[in-house]
Amino acid sequence: MTADALSHGAGRGTATDVDSLPEDSPFGADTVATAREIIARYPQSRSALLPLLHLVQSVQGYVSQHGIAFCANQLELSTAEVSAVATFYTMYKRKPCGEHLVSVCTNTLCAALGGDAIYDKLRTHLGSEDKPLGHEETSGTPGEQGSITLEHAECLAACDFAPVLQVNYEYYDNQTTESAVDLVDALRRGEKPAPTRGAPLTDFRGVEYQLAAGFDTAAEAVGGPSASAATLRGAQLANERGWTAPAMPDNVDLPPAPEKK
Amino acid sequence: MTEVDKLTPVLTKRWLSPNSWTLRTYEQLEGYTALPKALRGSPEQLVQLVKDSGLRGRGGAGFPAGVKWSFMPPNEDKPHYLVINADEGEPGTCKDIPLMMADPHSLIEGCVIASYAMRAHHCFIYVRGEVPHCIRRLNAAVAEAYQAGYLGKNILGSGFDLELVVHAGAGAYICGEETALLDSLEGRRGQPRLKPPFPAAAGLYAQPTTVNNVETIASVPYIVNAGADWFRTMGSEKSPGPKIYSLSGHVERPGQYEAPLGTTLRELLDLAGGMKDGIPLKFWTPGGSSTPLFTAEHLDVPLDFEGAAEAGSMLGTTALQIFNETVSVPWAVMKWTEFYKHESCGKCTPCREGTYWLTQILQRMVRGEGTETDIDTLLDVCDNVLGRSFCALGDGAVSPITSGIKYFKDEFLALCESNRAKGASQTEPALAGAGS
Ligand SMILES: Cc1cc2nc3c(=O)[nH]c(=O)nc-3n(C[C@H](O)[C@H](O)[C@H](O)COP(=O)(O)O)c2cc1C
Ligand code: SF4
Ligand code: FES
Repeated sequence: MTADALSHGAGRGTATDVDSLPEDSPFGADTVATAREIIARYPQSRSALLPLLHLVQSVQGYVSQHGIAFCANQLELSTAEVSAVATFYTMYKRKPCGEHLVSVCTNTLCAALGGDAIYDKLRTHLGSEDKPLGHEETSGTPGEQGSITLEHAECLAACDFAPVLQVNYEYYDNQTTESAVDLVDALRRGEKPAPTRGAPLTDFRGVEYQLAAGFDTAAEAVGGPSASAATLRGAQLANERGWTAPAMPDNVDLPPAPEKK
Repeated sequence: MTEVDKLTPVLTKRWLSPNSWTLRTYEQLEGYTALPKALRGSPEQLVQLVKDSGLRGRGGAGFPAGVKWSFMPPNEDKPHYLVINADEGEPGTCKDIPLMMADPHSLIEGCVIASYAMRAHHCFIYVRGEVPHCIRRLNAAVAEAYQAGYLGKNILGSGFDLELVVHAGAGAYICGEETALLDSLEGRRGQPRLKPPFPAAAGLYAQPTTVNNVETIASVPYIVNAGADWFRTMGSEKSPGPKIYSLSGHVERPGQYEAPLGTTLRELLDLAGGMKDGIPLKFWTPGGSSTPLFTAEHLDVPLDFEGAAEAGSMLGTTALQIFNETVSVPWAVMKWTEFYKHESCGKCTPCREGTYWLTQILQRMVRGEGTETDIDTLLDVCDNVLGRSFCALGDGAVSPITSGIKYFKDEFLALCESNRAKGASQTEPALAGAGS
């Protein structure tokens, strides 16, 4: 099988070392090493497929045919099997993403509180009045600083902070059309405004790498803010009012095991 | 019985502490004290304890956790797995992500205890991919727990081994359905499996597996420490314990409020400062968009599994999305239906085709191009989806539509009226023209 057949054909990959990568493969020995580490975490190698797709996306900014072939090769799957999985999940992009991915929640609750207006505003602001940016379209050139891919997203599990958006999946809470425009303008200038909740902003590919390989457990990244007012409201109110759960008794024995029938 | 406070922080009690996500804070606040106690007992005792507590699954369906655990085989002929469902994608639901960000060790301690009780030596936490900060916190906490000997080989000298892996998903609501989640975790498209076999018989890699929600498992250490009777001092006989209620939308102070099961929306609104700017309540979901809508009539429904069901809805995930009078019901229903259409996995025809056509009809109605027969068509299609779909996503998809029409039919009719009016004004000149 030629290198080309390996990367583009539907053949079942068998070799998994770096020498088997096609010559034009964008993935180097370091990516192979990371892939190996990921695969080793699982009782069965195929479980590593979702992380590996995040990994190839971290190298190229999308899942290319090369990326599909790489995963197939590492996991001894056919490229058809890998493609079927890659196309199922919204986080795997089929076109190169910008430096940043901006996801605006337009599910019902956020939409009612301004999410739809934010998304529409960003479409024309990043595109133009005549040609608003479409879902998963990019303003600027992917790979260059300040390029931004825009998408609308489903509920991001942050409805108490509605309307929300994410940049590279870090949360920017309680947005308005103005704050969202300011945010993307700053991104376009190459700035990295801090998320409301999340680690200091990096870029799309950096976060994809973290999703694949495991996280930067450095104190700074882990310590980035995670809770703001809404998260803590109940706990805070209970604290102010002196409300608690009934006291937990000490030394309660475990119940006896049931008699074997 | 003594009066219980309006809020009962158990799962949320550490959230206010500085660096609440670190091992240090967790240990200072009684963390990892339940684990040695559990490891001194037998797996059977722990299953019995969780049964006695009446803890019901917090992922939506409310299945008794102890009963589910007891389905796992009592021997270890095959590897057993515990999988934590942290896919949190049900619209309105926003409790598990904050829990894992604020107090990841409580989930990890629960995982070790539950794994021991079910003889699992491998545990996976499947987290939706769009929450890197949460995953970062979990990974850091898992690393700390390994280092401290709470995970890994021979945990606390008990002879019990457990490997725990945090796994990031890739954006698909259906992967929250437990069998779709297992397929996804095996590196496949996330599509539900036929049941039976249930996961306890053939789950991950066709081995005995239990899938539980984050909040369910995070509750376990408290039950181990304080016992089933203590847990039952909160909530009701059939729905005991505290629950994180997530309030979002048109309220003054949206957020996470942990209160005994059975608390009402009226009480929760009172805690949350009432409706935003005093604009009256119109409709709300008791437990995410898959649970039929409630209205202002339902302010005093006790929000526990029985109370919500008796009033014609479901407790779901206690995700209370609250909408005031400014929001159009047909529009909201259309938006949710678009969501289900997007997230339908395509495996079965009623849901795949049904959500497509329901979306088309609703969009047409909201554009003002609907007719009265569209309402009947909607209900007819819903009838063909409900109970005929392969998994519960299909059932959930029709909830907003049928309940929306049940309580707010007038609004759907009004959309048709405006269409008729438009139609009339369009046809009149034409007729006039024809007559001249
Ligand atoms: C479409 C769909 C999405 C679901 N999403 C979730 C989810 O995000 N988290 C969750 O815990 N359960 C979810 N569930 C419920 C799970 O299938 C399962 O009942 C639950 O994880 C069991 O845990 P529990 O018994 O601890 O509640 C979902 C179910 C369906 C049908
Ligand atoms: S009901 Fe919908 S989500 Fe569930 S299996 Fe059928 S198509 Fe897939
Ligand atoms: S609806 Fe936007 S985060 Fe839930």
